Amino acid sequence: MELTIEFREKAFENKPQSTENLQEIANEIRRDIIQSLVLAKSGHSGGPLGSADIFASLYFGGYMRYKKNEPWWEGRDRFVLSAGHMAPVLYATLANAGMFPKEELRTLRQFGTRLQGHPGRDMGLPGIETSSGSLGQGISIAVGMAMADKLLDNTDKRVYSLTGDGELQEGSVWEAAMSAYHFKLDNFCWIIDNNDCQIDGRIPEVMDVYPIVEKCQAFGFDTIVCDGHNFDEINAAFDKFLANQKNKTGKPTAIVAKTYMGRGVSFMEDNFKWHGNPPNVEQAITALQELVL
Amino acid sequence: MQEFSLLGKKPTRHGFGEGLVVLGERNPNVVALGGDITGSVMTSYFKEKFPDRFFSIGIAEQNATTIAVGMALSGKVPFFASYGAFCAFRNADQIRISMCYNEANVKIGGGHAGISVGPDGATHQVLEEVAFLRTLPHMTLVVPCDFLEAKKATIAIGEMVGPAYIRFGRVDVPMFTTEETPFQLGKAEVFHPGNDVAIIACGSMVWPALEAAKELSKIGVSARVINNHTIKPFDYETTVKAAQECGAIVTAEEHQVHGGLGSIVAEAVAKNYPVPMEFVGVKDSFGGSGDPTELMEKFGLTWKEIYASALMAMKRRDKGAVALRKVNEVESYSQA
Repeated sequence: MELTIEFREKAFENKPQSTENLQEIANEIRRDIIQSLVLAKSGHSGGPLGSADIFASLYFGGYMRYKKNEPWWEGRDRFVLSAGHMAPVLYATLANAGMFPKEELRTLRQFGTRLQGHPGRDMGLPGIETSSGSLGQGISIAVGMAMADKLLDNTDKRVYSLTGDGELQEGSVWEAAMSAYHFKLDNFCWIIDNNDCQIDGRIPEVMDVYPIVEKCQAFGFDTIVCDGHNFDEINAAFDKFLANQKNKTGKPTAIVAKTYMGRGVSFMEDNFKWHGNPPNVEQAITALQELVL
Repeated sequence: MQEFSLLGKKPTRHGFGEGLVVLGERNPNVVALGGDITGSVMTSYFKEKFPDRFFSIGIAEQNATTIAVGMALSGKVPFFASYGAFCAFRNADQIRISMCYNEANVKIGGGHAGISVGPDGATHQVLEEVAFLRTLPHMTLVVPCDFLEAKKATIAIGEMVGPAYIRFGRVDVPMFTTEETPFQLGKAEVFHPGNDVAIIACGSMVWPALEAAKELSKIGVSARVINNHTIKPFDYETTVKAAQECGAIVTAEEHQVHGGLGSIVAEAVAKNYPVPMEFVGVKDSFGGSGDPTELMEKFGLTWKEIYASALMAMKRRDKGAVALRKVNEVESYSQA
């Protein structure tokens, strides 16, 4: 069987919507991740597939405020991908949000592309707020953004940042967490993609960062645990963040999303060996067959 | 050309602190981040004047740098200052990726630079950061020579767009520049005329360079003293012109001789107009506790060292550089 690559232009909306719609969007994001990775012949499959549901909810459930035709709109909320290696899911999400033509997903990791292996702000890709890739930095940049938005500009703009769970081994993550609490950043939402995997193996075997929830609580976050593949739970977590901001709780929000690496592709699921590899052609064909709704 | 004389003594860190206040008055987007030693690196001036625009980050240089990046990406002009020993290396990754690769409009003030920190000892005497910072794309790096130049340089980096680092020191150092002394980022200035030898210096070594030139003139040697305050972008033209017109160069810096001003000058000269060079600086060694003056003597950071090096550079030019250093006599600081 031949591999057919098709980046389908969609007109998904960003508003509170049904689980079925969000599932369809997440599925489209997963297909685009597989397609761009098989063409790139390198890159990370596991994390991007595992977090696709979170991205679908965040960008298409009405939580991130953005304008697809005006990507640098002053009033936008900002998202910082601290786990820069998960770029394929961010690119696929932004393309499906209409920030740039989906055909551009073909260029992932290739010479001259705006879709760098890890996000590069110098490329000017709409929706990429900062370069990231050296772990433990993006979350701190996001805290700086939230401080500027809330403490200096007195706006109600929100800042979201996603880290991996292996990333929690970087001490600078906790420096950022400490300051989000210290500066009472209720406009800041930290999403932890808790798939329990990193390149070398299971989190507790490489370096045990658990208990994550208790750590976040101890650092002063309103900490919500959710099934990162259940839209009711993901949406409820984001709703809680919005409520925290609205009620001026003065507490930052942490969402610990329990996910499976490689979600949606049977042979990749919950297997840390898929952290840093792309599918080959046969694997991509199988994966795309599985990702038909 | 202006003739310089001693006008008093003051630390360059005070120039940084005062410059930051001027910036705060001129631009409401200027903010400052403290790393628990605000009274030492003089961000305390800004903190008193603009408490709403000052943020204490605590002892967390990595976080302070990346928070500054986040603020810069929100249109602010954040200054973060600490000891150079900590705010150039602990956060090196943050400086490289988040600050420079992002071209974020973040400014770092690296205080307590050099051996003259004194009693605190080697851990706090940063002597290597110029070597690192000058290799970073998009970075602007400035090492002012006295109080007033530190103030001018601080204002200058606050009014340009892009990542920048300013290096300054702890102790009282001679004040000799005035409001009239020209200062422009990226432009080295000739502070003393001469054509027999060029002394290219930065920071605290500019004054000793002027002293050396004065002593050299007593034996009939006219030394050109260049204040090369901006390490990056580097003023190649002034250095190469000095090589062409003087034929011998001494560099002087309160930094390791490896990778700093001397290395940049050597790169510029080797590529464009090779001449014998001598390097005054710390020679592959850590510092130690002591009185700043004792330490400057011990590590050869004096006008006398510059004077002797100038004569050596001239001798090598006049007798042929090869003749003076045979292959088996090649100088190597690390083996010394």
